[in-house]
Amino acid sequence: MSNPAGTFAANLAPAEAARTPDSRVAGAMRGFAQEVGALSAFRLESCIHCGICADACHFYIATEDPQYTPIWKVEPFKQAYKREASPFAPLFKLFGLKREVTADQLAQWQHLLFDSCNMCGRCSLICPMGIDVAALIGQARHAMFDAGLAPKELYEKAAHQHATGQPEASTEPYRDQLLAIGARFGVGIPLDQAEADIMLCVPRTDIEQYPSAVAALARVMQHLGVSCTFRSEGLVAENYGYFAGSKQWQRDISLRLIEQAIACKAKTLLIPECGQAYTALRWEAADLYGKPLPFAVRAVTEFLADELQAGRLKLGKAATGKTTFHDPCQLVRKGGVNDAPRALMKAMQIDLHELQDSGAFSYCCGGGGGVVDIARAAPLRYRSMQLKLHEIEATGAETFLTSCSDCRHTFDDAKTHLAWEKTPHSLLELVAANLLPTGTPSAAGNRP
Amino acid sequence: MDILGLARGPALKVALAVFCVGVAWRIVGFALLRIRFDLSKPRTSVMRYVSGGLLAIGTRSWPHRQFIGRTGPGEALGYSYHLGLFAVVLLFTPHIVFLGSLFGFTWPGLPSSIITVLSVLTLTLFLAVLFRRVTNRVMRMLSNFDDYFSWFITMLVLVTGLAATAHLGAPYETLLGVHILSFDVLLIWFPFGKLMHAFYIFPSRAINGAVLARKGAVS
Repeated sequence: MSNPAGTFAANLAPAEAARTPDSRVAGAMRGFAQEVGALSAFRLESCIHCGICADACHFYIATEDPQYTPIWKVEPFKQAYKREASPFAPLFKLFGLKREVTADQLAQWQHLLFDSCNMCGRCSLICPMGIDVAALIGQARHAMFDAGLAPKELYEKAAHQHATGQPEASTEPYRDQLLAIGARFGVGIPLDQAEADIMLCVPRTDIEQYPSAVAALARVMQHLGVSCTFRSEGLVAENYGYFAGSKQWQRDISLRLIEQAIACKAKTLLIPECGQAYTALRWEAADLYGKPLPFAVRAVTEFLADELQAGRLKLGKAATGKTTFHDPCQLVRKGGVNDAPRALMKAMQIDLHELQDSGAFSYCCGGGGGVVDIARAAPLRYRSMQLKLHEIEATGAETFLTSCSDCRHTFDDAKTHLAWEKTPHSLLELVAANLLPTGTPSAAGNRP
Repeated sequence: MDILGLARGPALKVALAVFCVGVAWRIVGFALLRIRFDLSKPRTSVMRYVSGGLLAIGTRSWPHRQFIGRTGPGEALGYSYHLGLFAVVLLFTPHIVFLGSLFGFTWPGLPSSIITVLSVLTLTLFLAVLFRRVTNRVMRMLSNFDDYFSWFITMLVLVTGLAATAHLGAPYETLLGVHILSFDVLLIWFPFGKLMHAFYIFPSRAINGAVLARKGAVS
């Protein structure tokens, strides 16, 4: 087994670099203790060391390196649980069956918990014991953050977003960029309405790289004639607190959107094409908020599929030719939004050729979990995403669609670095390009 | 007191007591930890996620089609030795008599000759499982004392049982005593190691199935 300690030194933000080893271990154990409830203890108790989870993980499949076995990624925390918190912890200590977790060990595991895990949840579908390994990895990331061991890139983006609402400084505030996108694409951007049924937010990836997706969202909402608004104080969909493993920052960042949705009396917080934002807001925000959210949280694809079913959305035939679709892990495998994108594609009469591993079994793009932001993870990411790229190639599709801007960005990055020839397109943009007035029969439509 | 008397007398009583108290403590010990309720709005009804949980108990018994190519042979090996073990433990007439004395009822068994063949097959599968554990890089990395000792003690019970049935190397009473003593040791070890998965497997699958079904996701 290649040892991650021999490969990587810890990649730390300056603010966390000076911590002592004792403070790191104490932080990790404190964070871990806060995480371990009955459910996570049960998951840690249930592992039978069969190693089957490795066979679901693209990092392991691509490298055959056992250290990328998903359950191994939480080994220090299994060790800490057995030694400190399990029912027979005194015996584990007495007989030295579990060693104390050390700062060096935690530093070694930074690579396994952050660089080589997209938290995609594929391992949670294969475990014969039914362990949700991805949930354990999420909790281990929290402990790593408390140990000051979040990777520099994720820490700094999370800190910036926590402080300012944006993960990075920009020449123009996102609010102004949003309005500029509206002007450029000739679509009205509803902003800071006092009241609206639907509150919109936007991936910063779209603002910076895919403004056409922002315009598409506004165009579709305008077409549907729904009452909606963006809010200057709660614009960004992504949550870097989630990526970095900071529960406090994740909570505070989610709270910006929650408070804005409450302020404008929104009935729905609509998540754009951003899988991670969906997980953070649809499934995790209420727990961090401490009570059920007073509005619904919906992915734009499921919202549009419902509009389609209700007859309020009509779509023309999209001229995409042979097409394939990448299922974003957070939306589909971990979020249950499986049928909605297919309903939209069917309505546009798309000739869909599914990937060999599609739907809940789709491989991650390789960029999820913040991995695409970690510079040193790039070589491993390029290697692991080959599985996905080969599956896409194998369909022979002319058009490649997805419904997550981070996935799209990861595939675009592969175009640049791996000379991959396909261009990932947004399903939402395709919908916006093929809108028909209600009651109009289908007609020849547009390409993405 | 001879070895047989010890094995099925005081040793068995102590082993059963450790087993019962240990298993209960191991379960209560983590079940008493904080339970967090998911405050997100479920996508599906309570009935759907309860049924999703129950369904997962069965569906997780075999890998999804997408995983079979990579995991099918390993899982088949794993299930095979478990099935062999269950057959030998539950369908060998002397075992039925012993279990009947504990539970108060009995059931029909298989002829001894078939049990012997099944035992030899199971023993072979046990060796294959160990071979796989030490040669598979992932399993070797994950393995610790618990894995090897749990394998060893289960294997010991199987081997001593076979020896007793075949009257190999010592008087029958002695061999039977050693067999029951090894079973006593297994009972004592049970709550402390991975053998506990016998109690965990179905609830664990059900919980994961319910969590995913609550989101409307595949489990």
